[in-house]
Amino acid sequence: MKYIEEFQDPDLARRLLDDIHATVTRPWALMEVCGGQTHTIIRHGIDQLLPEQVELIHGPGCPVCVTPLEVIDKALEIASRPDVIFCSFGDMLRVPGTGRDLFQVRSEGGDVRVVYSPLDALRIAQQNPKRQVVFFGIGFETTAPPNAMTVHQAKKLGIPNFSLLVSHVRVPPAIEAIMRSPSCRVQGFLAAGHVCSVMGVREYPELAARHRVPIVVTGFEPLDILEGVRRAVRQLERGEHTVDNAYARAVRPEGNPAALAMLEDVFEVTDRAWRGIGVIPDSGWRLSERYRDFDAEHRFSVTGINTLEPAECRSGEVLQGLLKPHECEAFGTLCTPRSPLGATMVSSEGACAAYYLYRRLELGTVPSAKAANPAVAAPTAASAPLEASPVV
Amino acid sequence: MCLAVPGRVLDIGEKDGTRMATVDFGGVQKEVCLEYLPDLQVGEYAIVHVGFALQRLDEESAKQTLELFAQLGMLQEEFGDPWEQAAAVGGDPWPFTDDPDLEPGPASEPAPALAAPQEEGRP
Repeated sequence: MKYIEEFQDPDLARRLLDDIHATVTRPWALMEVCGGQTHTIIRHGIDQLLPEQVELIHGPGCPVCVTPLEVIDKALEIASRPDVIFCSFGDMLRVPGTGRDLFQVRSEGGDVRVVYSPLDALRIAQQNPKRQVVFFGIGFETTAPPNAMTVHQAKKLGIPNFSLLVSHVRVPPAIEAIMRSPSCRVQGFLAAGHVCSVMGVREYPELAARHRVPIVVTGFEPLDILEGVRRAVRQLERGEHTVDNAYARAVRPEGNPAALAMLEDVFEVTDRAWRGIGVIPDSGWRLSERYRDFDAEHRFSVTGINTLEPAECRSGEVLQGLLKPHECEAFGTLCTPRSPLGATMVSSEGACAAYYLYRRLELGTVPSAKAANPAVAAPTAASAPLEASPVV
Repeated sequence: MCLAVPGRVLDIGEKDGTRMATVDFGGVQKEVCLEYLPDLQVGEYAIVHVGFALQRLDEESAKQTLELFAQLGMLQEEFGDPWEQAAAVGGDPWPFTDDPDLEPGPASEPAPALAAPQEEGRP
Protein backbone atom coordinates (compact mmCIF):
# COMPACT_ATOMS: atom_id res chain seq x y z
CA MET A 1 0.00 0.00 0.00
CA LYS A 2 2.59 2.52 -1.04
CA TYR A 3 1.68 6.21 -1.25
CA ILE A 4 -1.13 5.79 1.24
CA GLU A 5 0.62 8.23 3.57
CA GLU A 6 -0.24 10.92 1.05
CA PHE A 7 -3.95 10.57 1.74
CA GLN A 8 -5.67 13.30 3.69
CA ASP A 9 -6.36 10.83 6.50
CA PRO A 10 -3.97 7.88 6.00
CA ASP A 11 -5.34 5.92 8.95
CA LEU A 12 -8.89 6.07 7.65
CA ALA A 13 -7.71 5.26 4.14
CA ARG A 14 -5.87 2.20 5.46
CA ARG A 15 -8.94 1.03 7.39
CA LEU A 16 -11.15 1.40 4.31
CA LEU A 17 -8.64 -0.47 2.17
CA ASP A 18 -8.26 -3.20 4.77
CA ASP A 19 -12.02 -3.62 4.83
CA ILE A 20 -12.21 -3.84 1.03
CA HIS A 21 -9.37 -6.40 0.97
CA ALA A 22 -11.12 -8.44 3.65
CA THR A 23 -14.47 -8.33 1.87
CA VAL A 24 -13.48 -9.29 -1.66
CA THR A 25 -13.68 -12.94 -2.62
CA ARG A 26 -14.27 -12.67 -6.38
CA PRO A 27 -13.42 -10.31 -9.27
CA TRP A 28 -15.65 -7.25 -9.62
CA ALA A 29 -15.67 -4.42 -12.18
CA LEU A 30 -16.93 -1.02 -11.03
CA MET A 31 -17.39 2.06 -13.18
CA GLU A 32 -16.78 5.53 -11.79
CA VAL A 33 -19.05 7.74 -13.85
CA CYS A 34 -17.52 11.15 -13.09
CA GLY A 35 -14.34 12.32 -14.81
CA GLY A 36 -13.36 14.16 -11.64
CA GLN A 37 -13.42 10.83 -9.84
CA THR A 38 -11.21 9.35 -12.58
CA HIS A 39 -8.62 12.05 -11.96
CA THR A 40 -8.68 11.41 -8.21
CA ILE A 41 -8.26 7.67 -8.80
CA ILE A 42 -5.33 8.00 -11.18
CA ARG A 43 -3.65 10.83 -9.32
CA HIS A 44 -3.67 8.92 -6.05
CA GLY A 45 -3.09 5.51 -7.56
CA ILE A 46 -6.28 4.25 -5.92
CA ASP A 47 -6.74 1.63 -8.65
CA GLN A 48 -3.38 0.18 -7.67
CA LEU A 49 -4.10 0.18 -3.94
CA LEU A 50 -7.27 -1.87 -4.37
CA PRO A 51 -7.26 -5.68 -4.37
CA GLU A 52 -6.45 -7.19 -7.76
CA GLN A 53 -10.00 -8.50 -7.99
CA VAL A 54 -11.48 -4.97 -7.96
CA GLU A 55 -11.17 -3.24 -11.31
CA LEU A 56 -12.15 0.38 -11.77
CA ILE A 57 -13.46 1.18 -15.23
CA HIS A 58 -13.53 4.81 -16.30
CA GLY A 59 -16.91 6.08 -17.45
CA PRO A 60 -18.23 8.75 -19.80
CA GLY A 61 -18.58 11.45 -17.14
CA CYS A 62 -16.61 14.23 -18.75
CA PRO A 63 -19.02 16.72 -20.33
CA VAL A 64 -16.33 18.35 -22.41
CA CYS A 65 -15.24 14.98 -23.80
CA VAL A 66 -18.67 13.82 -24.87
CA THR A 67 -19.75 17.03 -26.61
CA PRO A 68 -20.24 15.95 -30.24
CA LEU A 69 -17.76 17.07 -32.85
CA GLU A 70 -20.59 18.58 -34.88
CA VAL A 71 -21.53 20.88 -31.99
CA ILE A 72 -17.89 21.88 -31.48
CA ASP A 73 -17.67 22.72 -35.18
CA LYS A 74 -20.87 24.78 -34.95
CA ALA A 75 -19.38 26.64 -32.01
CA LEU A 76 -16.21 27.35 -33.98
CA GLU A 77 -18.25 28.57 -36.94
CA ILE A 78 -20.43 30.88 -34.84
CA ALA A 79 -17.45 32.15 -32.85
CA SER A 80 -15.72 33.15 -36.11
CA ARG A 81 -18.45 35.58 -37.08
CA PRO A 82 -17.55 39.26 -36.72
CA ASP A 83 -20.88 40.24 -35.14
CA VAL A 84 -20.65 37.57 -32.44
CA ILE A 85 -19.15 37.53 -28.96
CA PHE A 86 -18.77 33.85 -28.14
CA CYS A 87 -18.63 32.99 -24.43
CA SER A 88 -17.53 29.66 -22.99
CA PHE A 89 -16.12 27.99 -19.93
CA GLY A 90 -12.34 27.77 -20.08
CA ASP A 91 -12.16 24.01 -20.44
CA MET A 92 -13.65 24.16 -23.95
CA LEU A 93 -10.80 26.25 -25.37
CA ARG A 94 -8.60 23.34 -26.33
CA VAL A 95 -11.22 20.80 -27.35
CA PRO A 96 -10.44 19.92 -30.96
CA GLY A 97 -13.09 20.44 -33.60
CA THR A 98 -12.44 19.54 -37.19
CA GLY A 99 -8.97 21.00 -37.61
CA ARG A 100 -9.03 23.76 -34.99
CA ASP A 101 -10.26 24.82 -31.57
CA LEU A 102 -11.65 27.93 -29.85
CA PHE A 103 -8.16 29.05 -28.87
CA GLN A 104 -7.23 29.20 -32.53
CA VAL A 105 -10.45 31.03 -33.44
CA ARG A 106 -9.49 33.64 -30.87
CA SER A 107 -5.97 33.93 -32.23
CA GLU A 108 -7.46 34.44 -35.71
CA GLY A 109 -9.46 37.41 -34.44
CA GLY A 110 -12.70 35.87 -33.24
CA ASP A 111 -14.17 37.50 -30.14
CA VAL A 112 -14.08 34.47 -27.84
CA ARG A 113 -14.42 35.21 -24.14
CA VAL A 114 -14.11 32.90 -21.16
CA VAL A 115 -16.61 33.38 -18.37
CA TYR A 116 -16.78 31.94 -14.88
CA SER A 117 -20.58 31.80 -14.89
CA PRO A 118 -23.21 31.84 -17.65
CA LEU A 119 -24.63 34.94 -15.94
CA ASP A 120 -21.40 36.70 -16.90
CA ALA A 121 -22.25 36.02 -20.55
CA LEU A 122 -25.69 37.52 -20.03
CA ARG A 123 -24.06 40.63 -18.58
CA ILE A 124 -21.81 40.89 -21.64
CA ALA A 125 -24.97 40.77 -23.78
CA GLN A 126 -26.48 43.64 -21.78
CA GLN A 127 -23.31 45.66 -22.23
CA ASN A 128 -23.09 44.98 -25.98
CA PRO A 129 -26.64 45.41 -27.29
CA LYS A 130 -25.51 45.74 -30.92
CA ARG A 131 -23.74 42.40 -30.98
CA GLN A 132 -24.93 38.83 -30.66
CA VAL A 133 -23.68 37.07 -27.54
CA VAL A 134 -23.69 33.28 -27.64
CA PHE A 135 -22.94 31.08 -24.64
CA PHE A 136 -21.70 27.52 -25.13
CA GLY A 137 -24.09 25.54 -22.92
CA ILE A 138 -22.56 22.14 -22.41
CA GLY A 139 -22.44 19.92 -19.36
CA PHE A 140 -24.28 17.35 -17.27
CA GLU A 141 -27.02 17.84 -14.72
CA THR A 142 -24.71 19.97 -12.58
CA THR A 143 -24.22 22.62 -15.23
CA ALA A 144 -27.66 22.56 -16.85
CA PRO A 145 -29.48 24.39 -14.01
CA PRO A 146 -27.16 27.44 -14.09
CA ASN A 147 -27.57 27.62 -17.87
CA ALA A 148 -31.34 27.17 -17.53
CA MET A 149 -31.51 30.05 -15.05
CA THR A 150 -29.49 32.25 -17.41
CA VAL A 151 -31.89 31.69 -20.31
CA HIS A 152 -34.81 32.27 -17.94
CA GLN A 153 -33.22 35.58 -16.92
CA ALA A 154 -32.59 36.56 -20.55
CA LYS A 155 -36.28 36.07 -21.27
CA LYS A 156 -37.41 37.82 -18.10
CA LEU A 157 -35.14 40.82 -18.64
CA GLY A 158 -35.85 40.93 -22.39
CA ILE A 159 -32.27 40.60 -23.61
CA PRO A 160 -32.75 39.81 -27.32
CA ASN A 161 -29.09 39.51 -28.31
CA PHE A 162 -28.33 36.52 -26.03
CA SER A 163 -28.56 32.89 -27.07
CA LEU A 164 -27.40 29.48 -25.92
CA LEU A 165 -25.67 26.84 -28.03
CA VAL A 166 -27.04 23.84 -26.17
CA SER A 167 -25.47 20.41 -25.82
CA HIS A 168 -26.51 19.22 -22.39
CA VAL A 169 -26.31 15.54 -21.50
CA ARG A 170 -27.91 13.35 -18.81
CA VAL A 171 -26.21 10.60 -16.85
CA PRO A 172 -28.93 7.93 -16.31
CA PRO A 173 -29.49 7.23 -20.04
CA ALA A 174 -25.72 6.83 -20.40
CA ILE A 175 -25.73 4.23 -17.62
CA GLU A 176 -28.60 2.50 -19.39
CA ALA A 177 -26.67 2.49 -22.70
CA ILE A 178 -23.55 1.11 -21.04
CA MET A 179 -25.49 -1.70 -19.37
CA ARG A 180 -27.21 -2.60 -22.64
CA SER A 181 -23.93 -2.88 -24.54
CA PRO A 182 -23.08 -6.52 -25.35
CA SER A 183 -19.48 -5.90 -24.35
CA CYS A 184 -20.40 -4.38 -20.98
CA ARG A 185 -18.40 -5.71 -18.04
CA VAL A 186 -19.64 -3.22 -15.44
CA GLN A 187 -21.14 -4.78 -12.31
CA GLY A 188 -21.54 -1.70 -10.16
CA PHE A 189 -21.50 2.09 -10.47
CA LEU A 190 -19.99 4.88 -8.45
CA ALA A 191 -22.50 7.61 -9.34
CA ALA A 192 -21.35 11.21 -9.82
CA GLY A 193 -21.81 13.10 -6.56
CA HIS A 194 -22.41 16.59 -7.86
CA VAL A 195 -24.89 15.43 -10.48
CA CYS A 196 -26.84 13.88 -7.61
CA SER A 197 -26.57 17.12 -5.59
CA VAL A 198 -28.94 18.55 -8.19
CA MET A 199 -30.94 15.52 -9.31
CA GLY A 200 -31.12 13.54 -6.08
CA VAL A 201 -31.25 9.78 -6.45
CA ARG A 202 -34.78 9.32 -7.81
CA GLU A 203 -33.62 8.15 -11.24
CA TYR A 204 -31.43 5.34 -9.95
CA PRO A 205 -33.49 2.71 -8.06
CA GLU A 206 -35.21 1.50 -11.21
CA LEU A 207 -31.88 1.30 -13.06
CA ALA A 208 -30.23 -0.59 -10.21
CA ALA A 209 -33.07 -3.07 -9.95
CA ARG A 210 -33.49 -3.69 -13.69
CA HIS A 211 -29.81 -4.25 -14.37
CA ARG A 212 -29.08 -5.77 -10.97
CA VAL A 213 -26.20 -3.35 -10.32
CA PRO A 214 -25.43 -1.52 -7.10
CA ILE A 215 -25.27 2.25 -7.61
CA VAL A 216 -23.35 4.11 -4.91
CA VAL A 217 -23.49 7.91 -4.94
CA THR A 218 -19.86 8.90 -4.45
CA GLY A 219 -17.87 12.09 -3.95
CA PHE A 220 -14.55 12.74 -5.61
CA GLU A 221 -12.05 13.06 -2.79
CA PRO A 222 -9.74 10.06 -2.32
CA LEU A 223 -11.49 8.86 0.81
CA ASP A 224 -14.88 9.29 -0.90
CA ILE A 225 -13.76 6.98 -3.68
CA LEU A 226 -12.53 4.33 -1.25
CA GLU A 227 -15.80 4.49 0.67
CA GLY A 228 -17.81 4.24 -2.55
CA VAL A 229 -15.81 1.19 -3.63
CA ARG A 230 -16.17 -0.36 -0.19
CA ARG A 231 -19.96 -0.04 -0.23
CA ALA A 232 -20.27 -1.26 -3.82
CA VAL A 233 -18.08 -4.31 -3.17
CA ARG A 234 -20.04 -5.16 -0.02
CA GLN A 235 -23.28 -5.13 -1.99
CA LEU A 236 -21.82 -7.25 -4.77
CA GLU A 237 -20.44 -9.83 -2.36
CA ARG A 238 -23.86 -10.07 -0.71
CA GLY A 239 -25.71 -10.27 -4.02
CA GLU A 240 -27.45 -6.93 -3.41
CA HIS A 241 -28.16 -4.22 -5.95
CA THR A 242 -29.56 -1.11 -4.32
CA VAL A 243 -28.91 2.63 -4.41
CA ASP A 244 -26.65 3.82 -1.60
CA ASN A 245 -25.66 7.41 -0.80
CA ALA A 246 -22.03 7.61 0.32
CA TYR A 247 -21.90 11.38 -0.23
CA ALA A 248 -24.66 12.47 2.13
CA ARG A 249 -22.88 15.63 3.15
CA ALA A 250 -23.57 17.10 -0.30
CA VAL A 251 -26.43 14.98 -1.67
CA ARG A 252 -30.00 15.02 -0.42
CA PRO A 253 -32.19 12.21 -1.77
CA GLU A 254 -34.58 14.74 -3.27
CA GLY A 255 -31.77 16.77 -4.91
CA ASN A 256 -32.31 20.48 -5.32
CA PRO A 257 -36.04 21.11 -5.93
CA ALA A 258 -35.61 24.69 -7.17
CA ALA A 259 -33.03 23.61 -9.73
CA LEU A 260 -35.18 20.69 -10.85
CA ALA A 261 -38.16 22.99 -11.37
CA MET A 262 -36.09 25.37 -13.50
CA LEU A 263 -34.73 22.48 -15.57
CA GLU A 264 -38.25 21.32 -16.27
CA ASP A 265 -39.35 24.80 -17.29
CA VAL A 266 -36.47 25.67 -19.61
CA PHE A 267 -35.40 22.34 -21.09
CA GLU A 268 -36.99 19.26 -22.58
CA VAL A 269 -35.49 15.82 -22.95
CA THR A 270 -34.14 14.91 -26.38
CA ASP A 271 -31.95 12.30 -28.02
CA ARG A 272 -28.32 13.40 -27.99
CA ALA A 273 -25.18 12.27 -29.81
CA TRP A 274 -22.18 11.64 -27.55
CA ARG A 275 -18.76 12.17 -29.05
CA GLY A 276 -17.13 8.85 -29.84
CA ILE A 277 -20.19 6.91 -28.68
CA GLY A 278 -23.11 7.89 -30.91
CA VAL A 279 -26.73 8.77 -30.26
CA ILE A 280 -28.17 7.73 -26.91
CA PRO A 281 -31.98 8.02 -26.70
CA ASP A 282 -33.32 10.64 -24.26
CA SER A 283 -29.79 11.41 -23.10
CA GLY A 284 -29.83 15.16 -23.57
CA TRP A 285 -31.69 18.39 -23.05
CA ARG A 286 -32.64 21.09 -25.51
CA LEU A 287 -34.44 24.36 -24.94
CA SER A 288 -38.18 23.91 -24.66
CA GLU A 289 -40.55 25.59 -27.10
CA ARG A 290 -41.07 28.58 -24.79
CA TYR A 291 -37.36 29.41 -24.93
CA ARG A 292 -36.67 28.45 -28.55
CA ASP A 293 -35.92 32.10 -29.44
CA PHE A 294 -32.80 31.81 -27.29
CA ASP A 295 -31.49 28.75 -29.11
CA ALA A 296 -28.33 29.68 -31.05
CA GLU A 297 -28.91 26.87 -33.52
CA HIS A 298 -32.21 28.47 -34.50
CA ARG A 299 -30.77 31.97 -34.52
CA PHE A 300 -27.72 31.19 -36.63
CA SER A 301 -27.85 29.18 -39.78
CA VAL A 302 -24.89 26.87 -39.41
CA THR A 303 -24.91 24.52 -42.32
CA GLY A 304 -22.45 22.83 -44.61
CA ILE A 305 -20.19 21.63 -41.82
CA ASN A 306 -18.21 18.54 -42.66
CA THR A 307 -17.01 16.98 -39.46
CA LEU A 308 -13.90 14.88 -39.60
CA GLU A 309 -13.06 12.74 -36.57
CA PRO A 310 -9.44 11.52 -36.57
CA ALA A 311 -9.47 7.84 -37.45
CA GLU A 312 -6.79 7.07 -34.88
CA CYS A 313 -8.82 8.44 -31.96
CA ARG A 314 -10.32 5.71 -29.78
CA SER A 315 -11.77 8.01 -27.14
CA GLY A 316 -15.22 6.53 -27.68
CA GLU A 317 -13.97 3.19 -26.38
CA VAL A 318 -12.24 4.95 -23.49
CA LEU A 319 -15.48 6.77 -22.63
CA GLN A 320 -17.40 3.50 -22.58
CA GLY A 321 -14.85 1.80 -20.38
CA LEU A 322 -13.84 -0.63 -23.13
CA LEU A 323 -10.26 0.62 -23.36
CA LYS A 324 -7.82 2.14 -20.88
CA PRO A 325 -6.17 5.32 -22.21
CA HIS A 326 -2.65 3.88 -22.28
CA GLU A 327 -3.89 0.90 -24.29
CA CYS A 328 -4.57 3.23 -27.23
CA GLU A 329 -1.73 3.15 -29.76
CA ALA A 330 -1.87 6.92 -30.24
CA PHE A 331 -1.61 7.66 -26.51
CA GLY A 332 1.40 9.84 -25.77
CA THR A 333 2.67 9.63 -29.33
CA LEU A 334 0.19 10.83 -31.96
CA CYS A 335 -2.02 12.15 -29.17
CA THR A 336 -0.78 14.47 -26.42
CA PRO A 337 -2.30 17.49 -24.64
CA ARG A 338 -0.47 19.75 -27.09
CA SER A 339 -1.60 17.76 -30.07
CA PRO A 340 -4.81 15.98 -29.04
CA LEU A 341 -6.80 13.70 -31.29
CA GLY A 342 -9.81 13.81 -28.99
CA ALA A 343 -11.19 15.83 -26.12
CA THR A 344 -10.35 13.18 -23.53
CA MET A 345 -6.69 14.23 -23.84
CA VAL A 346 -7.27 17.94 -23.09
CA SER A 347 -10.27 18.15 -20.81
CA SER A 348 -9.50 18.67 -17.14
CA GLU A 349 -11.77 15.68 -16.48
CA GLY A 350 -10.69 13.54 -19.42
CA ALA A 351 -9.44 10.02 -18.71
CA CYS A 352 -6.59 10.28 -21.23
CA ALA A 353 -5.47 13.57 -19.68
CA ALA A 354 -5.47 11.92 -16.25
CA TYR A 355 -3.21 9.11 -17.43
CA TYR A 356 -0.97 11.54 -19.28
CA LEU A 357 -0.64 13.83 -16.27
CA TYR A 358 -0.33 11.48 -13.37
CA ARG A 359 1.13 8.20 -14.51
CA ARG A 360 4.90 7.86 -14.67
CA LEU A 361 5.85 7.77 -18.31
CA GLU A 362 9.20 7.35 -19.93
CA LEU A 363 9.81 10.51 -21.92
CA GLY A 364 11.19 10.12 -25.38
CA THR A 365 11.19 11.96 -28.67
CA VAL A 366 8.55 10.17 -30.62
CA PRO A 367 7.27 11.94 -33.75
CA SER A 368 3.91 13.49 -33.07
CA ALA A 369 1.08 14.51 -35.38
CA LYS A 370 2.32 18.08 -35.33
CA ALA A 371 6.02 17.32 -35.35
CA ALA A 372 6.40 19.27 -38.58
CA ASN A 373 5.72 22.41 -36.57
CA PRO A 374 8.32 22.68 -33.82
CA ALA A 375 6.28 25.37 -32.08
CA VAL A 376 3.67 22.82 -31.14
CA ALA A 377 5.81 19.73 -30.92
CA ALA A 378 5.07 18.25 -27.56
CA PRO A 379 7.11 16.23 -25.16
CA THR A 380 5.87 12.76 -25.89
CA ALA A 381 5.68 9.59 -23.97
CA ALA A 382 6.91 6.27 -25.21
CA SER A 383 4.62 3.33 -24.88
CA ALA A 384 6.50 1.95 -21.92
CA PRO A 385 4.40 0.07 -19.41
CA LEU A 386 2.90 2.28 -16.77
CA GLU A 387 4.37 2.21 -13.35
CA ALA A 388 2.73 2.91 -10.05
CA SER A 389 1.41 6.40 -9.71
CA PRO A 390 2.82 8.68 -7.07
CA VAL A 391 0.78 11.37 -5.45
CA VAL A 392 2.14 14.57 -6.88
CA MET B 1 -16.13 21.70 -14.93
CA CYS B 2 -18.46 19.35 -13.10
CA LEU B 3 -16.59 19.71 -9.84
CA ALA B 4 -18.26 22.26 -7.63
CA VAL B 5 -16.14 24.13 -5.11
CA PRO B 6 -17.22 24.86 -1.53
CA GLY B 7 -17.40 28.48 -0.50
CA ARG B 8 -18.56 30.66 2.40
CA VAL B 9 -21.22 33.34 1.96
CA LEU B 10 -19.87 36.78 2.86
CA ASP B 11 -22.82 39.00 1.98
CA ILE B 12 -26.16 38.75 0.24
CA GLY B 13 -27.90 41.23 -2.07
CA GLU B 14 -30.12 41.46 -5.11
CA LYS B 15 -29.34 42.07 -8.76
CA ASP B 16 -31.88 42.27 -11.58
CA GLY B 17 -34.44 40.75 -9.22
CA THR B 18 -32.17 37.82 -8.46
CA ARG B 19 -30.75 36.80 -5.08
CA MET B 20 -26.96 37.04 -5.31
CA ALA B 21 -24.09 36.67 -2.85
CA THR B 22 -20.39 37.29 -2.55
CA VAL B 23 -18.78 33.94 -1.78
CA ASP B 24 -15.24 33.29 -0.60
CA PHE B 25 -13.38 30.26 -1.97
CA GLY B 26 -10.25 30.01 0.13
CA GLY B 27 -9.29 33.60 -0.61
CA VAL B 28 -10.85 34.05 -4.05
CA GLN B 29 -14.15 35.89 -4.02
CA LYS B 30 -16.85 35.50 -6.65
CA GLU B 31 -20.38 36.66 -7.25
CA VAL B 32 -22.75 33.70 -6.85
CA CYS B 33 -26.44 33.24 -7.62
CA LEU B 34 -28.53 31.95 -4.68
CA GLU B 35 -31.77 31.30 -6.56
CA TYR B 36 -31.36 27.54 -6.12
CA LEU B 37 -30.62 27.83 -2.38
CA PRO B 38 -32.80 30.80 -1.50
CA ASP B 39 -32.57 30.40 2.27
CA LEU B 40 -28.76 30.25 2.41
CA GLN B 41 -27.49 32.77 4.96
CA VAL B 42 -24.32 34.81 5.50
CA GLY B 43 -21.64 32.65 7.12
CA GLU B 44 -22.99 29.36 5.74
CA TYR B 45 -21.11 27.14 3.29
CA ALA B 46 -22.37 25.74 0.02
CA ILE B 47 -20.99 23.89 -2.94
CA VAL B 48 -20.92 26.29 -5.86
CA HIS B 49 -20.76 25.41 -9.53
CA VAL B 50 -20.24 27.95 -12.34
CA GLY B 51 -21.52 30.76 -10.15
CA PHE B 52 -24.52 28.99 -8.65
CA ALA B 53 -24.90 27.64 -5.12
CA LEU B 54 -26.28 24.12 -5.51
CA GLN B 55 -26.26 22.48 -2.08
CA ARG B 56 -25.45 23.31 1.54
CA LEU B 57 -22.30 21.88 3.07
CA ASP B 58 -21.20 21.77 6.70
CA GLU B 59 -18.24 23.94 7.64
CA GLU B 60 -15.85 21.10 8.42
CA SER B 61 -16.48 19.29 5.12
CA ALA B 62 -16.19 22.54 3.22
CA LYS B 63 -12.87 23.45 4.80
CA GLN B 64 -11.43 19.97 4.25
CA THR B 65 -12.46 20.00 0.59
CA LEU B 66 -11.09 23.49 0.05
CA GLU B 67 -7.78 22.47 1.60
CA LEU B 68 -7.59 19.40 -0.62
CA PHE B 69 -8.49 21.40 -3.74
CA ALA B 70 -5.77 23.91 -2.91
CA GLN B 71 -3.22 21.08 -2.54
CA LEU B 72 -4.30 19.52 -5.83
CA GLY B 73 -4.08 22.82 -7.68
CA MET B 74 -7.76 22.68 -8.50
CA LEU B 75 -8.48 26.17 -7.18
CA GLN B 76 -5.90 27.47 -9.63
CA GLU B 77 -7.61 25.47 -12.36
CA GLU B 78 -11.01 26.88 -11.42
CA PHE B 79 -10.07 30.49 -10.76
CA GLY B 80 -6.77 30.99 -12.61
CA ASP B 81 -6.46 32.57 -16.05
CA PRO B 82 -8.07 30.10 -18.49
CA TRP B 83 -6.31 31.58 -21.54
CA GLU B 84 -2.95 31.22 -19.89
CA GLN B 85 -3.78 27.62 -18.99
CA ALA B 86 -5.00 26.88 -22.53
CA ALA B 87 -1.86 28.46 -23.98
CA ALA B 88 0.29 26.31 -21.71
CA VAL B 89 -1.52 23.16 -22.79
CA GLY B 90 -1.03 23.90 -26.47
CA GLY B 91 2.39 25.55 -26.29
CA ASP B 92 0.95 28.57 -28.07
CA PRO B 93 2.01 32.21 -27.72
CA TRP B 94 0.24 34.18 -25.05
CA PRO B 95 -1.09 36.82 -24.66
CA PHE B 96 -2.69 37.50 -28.02
CA THR B 97 -1.17 40.40 -29.87
CA ASP B 98 -4.42 42.36 -29.98
CA ASP B 99 -5.15 42.21 -26.27
CA PRO B 100 -5.45 45.87 -25.32
CA ASP B 101 -4.46 45.43 -21.71
CA LEU B 102 -1.56 43.07 -22.14
CA GLU B 103 1.88 43.33 -23.62
CA PRO B 104 2.27 40.88 -26.49
CA GLY B 105 5.00 38.38 -26.06
CA PRO B 106 5.97 34.77 -26.15
CA ALA B 107 4.28 32.24 -23.95
CA SER B 108 5.51 31.97 -20.45
CA GLU B 109 6.72 28.60 -19.27
CA PRO B 110 3.89 26.08 -19.27
CA ALA B 111 2.37 26.19 -15.89
CA PRO B 112 -0.45 24.60 -14.03
CA ALA B 113 -3.46 22.53 -14.84
CA LEU B 114 -3.01 20.51 -17.98
CA ALA B 115 0.53 21.42 -18.88
CA ALA B 116 2.65 18.51 -20.04
CA PRO B 117 3.63 16.11 -17.27
CA GLN B 118 5.49 17.87 -14.53
CA GLU B 119 9.05 17.07 -13.77
CA GLU B 120 8.51 16.59 -10.08
CA GLY B 121 7.53 13.12 -9.08
CA ARG B 122 9.21 11.57 -12.08
CA PRO B 123 11.34 8.49 -11.72
